[in-house]
Amino acid sequence: MKKQFIRFGLLLVFMLLIVGCSEDSSTEGEGETQDPGETEKATELQDTLVFGRGADSTSLDPATETDGETFYVTQQIYDTLIDYEDGTTKLQPALATEWEASEDGKTFVLTLRDGVTFQDGTPFNAEAVVANFERWMSAEDFIYYGSMFGGYGEDEANIIERVEATSDLEVTFQLKRPSAPFLKNLAMSPFAIASPEAFDSLAENPVGTGPFKLDDWARNETITLVKNEDYWEDGKPYLNRVIFQVIPDNSARLTALQNGEIDLMDGVNPSDQTIIESDENLKVFSRAPLNVAYMPMNNETAPFDDPLVRQAVNHAIDKEALIEGFFEGNAEPAKNMLPPTIDGYNDEIEPYAYDVEKAKELLAEAGYEAGELEVDLWTMDNPRPYMPAPAKIAESIQKNLADVGIIANIQTLDWSTYLEKAKNGEMPTFLIGWIGDNGDADNFLYTLLGTGSGNNYSFYSNEAVDKILLEAQAATDDAARADLYKQAQVLIHKDAPVVPLVHYESLMAGSSTLENYTPAPTGSEDFTDVTFSE
Amino acid sequence: MLKYTFRRLGALIPVLIGMSILVFLIIRAIPGDPAQTILGDKASEQAVENLREQLGLNNPIYIQYFSYMKGLITGDLGTSIRTSSPISADIWPYLAATIELAFVALIIAVVIGVNAGILSAWFQNSIFDYTAMIIALIGISMPVFWLGLMEQWAFSLELGWLPSIGRESVRDPITPITHIYMIDTLIQGDFDQFVVVIKHLFLPGIALGTIPMAIFARMTRSSMLEVLRSDYIRTARAKGQKMFVIVYKHALKNAFIPILTVIGLQTGLLLGGAILTETIFSWPGIGRYIYEAIQYRDYPVIQAGILVIATIFVLINLIVDLLYAAFDPRIKY
Repeated sequence: MKKQFIRFGLLLVFMLLIVGCSEDSSTEGEGETQDPGETEKATELQDTLVFGRGADSTSLDPATETDGETFYVTQQIYDTLIDYEDGTTKLQPALATEWEASEDGKTFVLTLRDGVTFQDGTPFNAEAVVANFERWMSAEDFIYYGSMFGGYGEDEANIIERVEATSDLEVTFQLKRPSAPFLKNLAMSPFAIASPEAFDSLAENPVGTGPFKLDDWARNETITLVKNEDYWEDGKPYLNRVIFQVIPDNSARLTALQNGEIDLMDGVNPSDQTIIESDENLKVFSRAPLNVAYMPMNNETAPFDDPLVRQAVNHAIDKEALIEGFFEGNAEPAKNMLPPTIDGYNDEIEPYAYDVEKAKELLAEAGYEAGELEVDLWTMDNPRPYMPAPAKIAESIQKNLADVGIIANIQTLDWSTYLEKAKNGEMPTFLIGWIGDNGDADNFLYTLLGTGSGNNYSFYSNEAVDKILLEAQAATDDAARADLYKQAQVLIHKDAPVVPLVHYESLMAGSSTLENYTPAPTGSEDFTDVTFSE
Repeated sequence: MLKYTFRRLGALIPVLIGMSILVFLIIRAIPGDPAQTILGDKASEQAVENLREQLGLNNPIYIQYFSYMKGLITGDLGTSIRTSSPISADIWPYLAATIELAFVALIIAVVIGVNAGILSAWFQNSIFDYTAMIIALIGISMPVFWLGLMEQWAFSLELGWLPSIGRESVRDPITPITHIYMIDTLIQGDFDQFVVVIKHLFLPGIALGTIPMAIFARMTRSSMLEVLRSDYIRTARAKGQKMFVIVYKHALKNAFIPILTVIGLQTGLLLGGAILTETIFSWPGIGRYIYEAIQYRDYPVIQAGILVIATIFVLINLIVDLLYAAFDPRIKY
């Protein structure tokens, strides 16, 4: 019996020790562990960037993935042939130093940068580029390839007829038909060039030519990248380490930022913007909108196979209220699927006004009495970059629909299952969004609404629209292309296959000492130029 | 005692077998072809066939079970579909993170909860008693995620005393040996890092420990009240024994059996039910490991995770059973 008391006593002593340790150290140790600025300021500038985000990457092979969390990281490890200028979707040289298109728009010749090696020592050359393209064309696993270049292998739809190494540092692409967005596609994160020697294990052991290379990946926790000493841009990157840390909860992530545990975060709740702006240690970065949040309706099945019903839903939803309520004003109502910054945006389109009576009339015309129509409205279980509060937005839309006599039952699912259900057309209507990949109108209109496109979740199909979109893909004159897209938007607007909701200007927040960081409209940027000031 | 221990260990075998069958059936209970379900509709024939082969789904069910058991006995928990690496190697860091967190939460809960309960019973109907029991009621009712966020707000943001997320300072990571960082830092003799680890454990430990703490306090109070009214306590008091000795020595020992039961059950829950705490505090524990696996339909990982937690649960119950006998020699089976 005594022994037990001794044990219990020991336990107490141990406990007190723990409490004691942590209490007196909490003041003294603070500077060194939590506020790296304090101590490092005195010696040298901070060279580690900790980026807090909501979820881990799926894999580190960008070619097989479609999620932004993967691209955030792969963008640092790999380079693309052509790159976007910071903060825009204009093109600039990267692994290719120059490019040339033939008159008929079907042949592209790219000159490659000399003296570049992959992180595993394999030389970067035309052979490597060809090997990457052959890999992407080889199987349907390379989702983005199929969606951006039309198809795989020998498919007629695959726009690339052949890719050839015409010299050690020159690659020639022969296309089956002219494709205006071709060069912009090459700048996309999924088409980053990987070392052919490492193809078998890229998902785990990525090898590219980028500014950083993988050091450690603790799943669901952190991905640590270290500087690539042999990076081809002299003297860059400036940072020595980049750490991606998963912090699932938006509020906890902001607390960590305010506390100095991380330096940069995405997924800022719009309602927290004022807090960040009032904190002198923090600053807000806004990402130019290259996105649309929308609500597809399954155009193939009742009740949304009827354009009248779809128009009614378009009239029923109060977008201003959504923006006011859930985006804190950091968004603009969408009347087209294209964001206004993109060439070809048709500003003359008259949006479907928020009009309950009009919606009711249209429903009546379609043959539905109030309360007769009941649908499942699906929503995402977690915030996405284009939609900060999907569950609440769904509730708001549910109320809007109820006002016009449509009963909507809200359903939700985890993200991967959700996407799969969307692809299979198993959800009559749901919330989703799109972040532009390459800043081209084709990437919104054809990708999201072209017949047979993998991301056409509304299963919209209009021959006239398809014809215009394909014609625009082939057009070489920019003004003529823009005109075609404007025409397409008129037809799409009339058919109302989806409800375009908003274009969201998403916010990032970071330490006020963070410099030269420009969020890319495409959603993932590299940290090559990022530095810290004092 | 030794005989009793062996008998309890023997009784464990059917429980573990039953558990393994249930967990084994999880993956086989998927309607249709499990391999197809795991890989999705877009998967190629070949990929599905490979996965069927890898999971051994082409064999008759009893052979599948035996090879599964054979794997378990040799410490093979299967292979993750998402990472293609052996789960038995992957799972430990997550489990260690949860064990460390649960340990701290348990210590906080037992030390504070049991003592609060004892004092409440000792000074029944006093101000202390009322206050403690009201706090306990609040503690039981408090949503963990809310408590976690409030802690972060108060202790990290306003006071700046403690880090709000994670197990370590990511800028200055700890070199793992056992993956239980309290131990690792001590082995490495790095006291600064030990302090960092303790500081990271503090807030999530309290968040996770609050509900069990409140349960222990209430349980201890009622159990102690019962014992304090019994004859032998009156005798002890009549003999002029000091009240502190009576309460902590004579009464607690008899009152402790039901408390021990609750502690055992709660410990199991702490290990398996830490997911909310782990999410709020970005704690890379086993709850999040399984949760992520569910998101990616990584069935072998889900299976292994459940099996490990269930096994620990069973083992804790065994320990509790053994402790019963240690506390009360009358208990013999």
